[in-house]
Amino acid sequence: MIYDVVILGGGPAGLAAAVEAKNAGAENVLILERDRELGGILNQCIHNGFGLHTFNEELTGPEYAERYIDQVIALNIPYLLNTMVLDLHDNGALKSIHMINEENGYLIIEARAVILTMGCRERTSGAIGIPGYRPSGVFTAGTAQRFINMEGYLPGKKVVILGSGDIGLIMARRMTLEGAHVQAVCELMPYSNGLVRNIVQCLDDYNIPLKLSHTITFIHGKDRLEGVTIAKVDEKLKVIPKTEEFIPCDTLLLSVGLIPENEITRNAGIVIDNRTNGAIVGELRQTSMPGVFACGNVVHVHDLVDFVSEEAVLAGKGAVNYINGDLASEVTFTTSNGDGIGYVVPQQVAIKNVADKVTFYMRVRQVFQDQVVNAYIGDQLIATKKEPKLLPAEMINFNITKDVLAQYPAGEIRFVVEEAR
Amino acid sequence: MYDIAIIGAGIAGSYIARELTRYKLDIVLLDGENDVGNQITMANSAIVHAGFDASATKLKGKFNAPGNIMYEKVCDDLDVPFKRCGSLVVAHDEYEMATIHDLYQNGLKNGVPGLQILFKNAVHAMEPNLNKAICGALYAPTAGIVSPFELCIHAAENAVDNGVTLKTNHLVSDIKNHHGHFEIITNGENVKAKYVINAAGLYADDIYAMVGKPYFKLRARKGHYFIFDKEAGALVNSVIFPCPSKKGKGILVAPTVHGNLLIGPDAEPVSDKSDLATTGERLDYIKENALKNCPDLPFNKIIRSYAGLRNTPVRDTFTTTDGDFIIEESPVRGFINVAGYESPGLSSIPVVARYVVESIVKPMIPNIEENHNYNPKVRKHLRFDEMTDAEKVEIIKADPKYGKVICRCETITEGEIIDVIHRNAGARSVKAVKKRTRAGMGRCQGGFCSPRVVEILARELNVRLDDIMYDQQDSAYILSGHTKSVKEEA
Repeated sequence: MIYDVVILGGGPAGLAAAVEAKNAGAENVLILERDRELGGILNQCIHNGFGLHTFNEELTGPEYAERYIDQVIALNIPYLLNTMVLDLHDNGALKSIHMINEENGYLIIEARAVILTMGCRERTSGAIGIPGYRPSGVFTAGTAQRFINMEGYLPGKKVVILGSGDIGLIMARRMTLEGAHVQAVCELMPYSNGLVRNIVQCLDDYNIPLKLSHTITFIHGKDRLEGVTIAKVDEKLKVIPKTEEFIPCDTLLLSVGLIPENEITRNAGIVIDNRTNGAIVGELRQTSMPGVFACGNVVHVHDLVDFVSEEAVLAGKGAVNYINGDLASEVTFTTSNGDGIGYVVPQQVAIKNVADKVTFYMRVRQVFQDQVVNAYIGDQLIATKKEPKLLPAEMINFNITKDVLAQYPAGEIRFVVEEAR
Repeated sequence: MYDIAIIGAGIAGSYIARELTRYKLDIVLLDGENDVGNQITMANSAIVHAGFDASATKLKGKFNAPGNIMYEKVCDDLDVPFKRCGSLVVAHDEYEMATIHDLYQNGLKNGVPGLQILFKNAVHAMEPNLNKAICGALYAPTAGIVSPFELCIHAAENAVDNGVTLKTNHLVSDIKNHHGHFEIITNGENVKAKYVINAAGLYADDIYAMVGKPYFKLRARKGHYFIFDKEAGALVNSVIFPCPSKKGKGILVAPTVHGNLLIGPDAEPVSDKSDLATTGERLDYIKENALKNCPDLPFNKIIRSYAGLRNTPVRDTFTTTDGDFIIEESPVRGFINVAGYESPGLSSIPVVARYVVESIVKPMIPNIEENHNYNPKVRKHLRFDEMTDAEKVEIIKADPKYGKVICRCETITEGEIIDVIHRNAGARSVKAVKKRTRAGMGRCQGGFCSPRVVEILARELNVRLDDIMYDQQDSAYILSGHTKSVKEEA
């Protein structure tokens, strides 16, 4: 059988994309999931705070996932679990997907359109190269979260957390509730990388100190972790001598960033953006390979699942438009990140595919007060986004209407942080 | 009573154990760790040297080149990944070129085949990513890269297949010489054997001191390494050595047999033989020096840093080193030392093991009988990622567990993990699974798969999840117990 749309990943992005593709008219949609159930990382996120934008209520991760899983079931969208995609090939009009699972063995299926929704993974201690020993007891925050929330086991009792990403903050509270003593959260930067609400609800409410401009300089313990040495860093992020402090602990959690998981994307030859580590995408999340779309954390790391779902709707629409021959391929605008901006998604816009507006997602490189984000085409200021404070931890959604964009024949849309005029 | 007890199941002890099974002998292989090949064998440069650097008058010079040549056969029998990728010792100036010529001459004396001195253009044609200032090199086509811990593990497995008794978690604390046999006291069971082979790596001097008057001392020298993601694996095709100087061998850049890139090691004397801690200063030193020959190293692709120890022997007076292996029957009758077994120990082991067995052990034991059932081959490992599509179809049909990927980064299936748990010298810890299958060695460093590996180990060994260790038994635990909600349910 030839599928209309095959979706690589049954997490929040994949579920929402599948629902949208089916609702938009795709007949044969299939979801491929490597884990043992649908829902992706949401299944281990048992805290609440999901869905405020989408559903106007505070759901837990599994509850948020369930809303979409219910729709997938109601729409009779088939899915395969415990299924690992090995390769994606472009055969022109059709894509072939090589995959394996225990029940069906080695399978090759064909699809008119493919949506990549593989999510992201955590940066590791190896990647950041902390000196010292290599004992057990050093976990990425997400791995610890899985052990606690999915397997029912605690990784340890005296905890230090490096990095103030959201998962690290959530785990500080989770481990405290489990009776562990979380002694400190150390953050290399002078500002947190997590959402403000998580700092308040997960650290402040439990008197867990957040040590900004601190890093770990040594991991102690030959077999199991016995402690860490922390130290202050200067504005160049170099350790300040004689600020070292030993903290005994049996567990170190790392929450030092997420990386989009694009092995399949890279092997397929799809063009990747070095800034996001995800595919270069258009307004409907089309990639450089015609008929292949990508959305969610595999494109760029989001901080709220609501925006993942929002992006997935675009990809679902795009895939159906593509199958129907209704997807314009000529790129009208490209986007670029000017001063203060780390990246912008989408990187390309085909104006013919835009209904009423384009939402540009971006992150600032550092904390800005009393500044705005301006969008320019050439010298022309076309739109401004005002926020009281611009934080690297909080993704910016910058809407520009089709009417504004339609005034320009083509060009580069450049986003910059500037003084408010 | 065993005929022979081997102390230490690193590459030397494990390989010698296997070699001994060519004869009908009752052999026990002891190790203090929770797995074989867990110390020096686990953290080194993983290179099968061509054999041009050691002097022909030393055991190192004598054994290296012939050991190297046996590697295809050895790795075929033991099903270990090996690649004869060649090596270059690169020179930046005339002085270094003079050293290159000396090494070339020494290589000829050691019987190293195929050595060539290359000039600038030839070097850069062969390795386009090297520093353009490099003006020449010694090319050794026989140098290779191997997985040292897999070689050790498979040798231990094959030894057990052929009748050796393996006892891990048996740390030797004393040896009693009963003149006729030895009694080895361990933190597990005590063991009696007529002969002892001391292959205790860094601790071989301490072990010998239990039976005889010390005549050598082992100095630990630490070396730091970085491993890069496979995306950087093709930066060099062969092992790139800097030109050796009085300061030492310098920092090498090498592909690994699994497709990663490795840089290291420095050489830092340490007093504590278990000091495997990396330091920021030394890690920076490695990076700086590796850049001298390979200026495009992508440091943002590093996935792991670690340190390993060498065991450098110092003989007799304890003040000077003659820098050679100590492979001999010691002054204590029936007690054989295989000590100071540092580089090129890995490269030499096929020949060293034969030498130990044929030239030292065999003359000691009267009426030694050949073992006609000796099988040098281990059962082949089914490595899913390396199979053709047709083979993948077949293996999942035969065993559906090969259809379930546990380690996403290296595409390691549940079938492969279950297999290495149930083999002889099987895996008992997460690290042991990692060494055998590569689950957890990829870019996510076990983030996704380690909970799954813990689960599989617990299920297959019929224990609780929190009984599964990362490495050392009891001390390297991963989980501290159940969560509150699970406890309440119970």
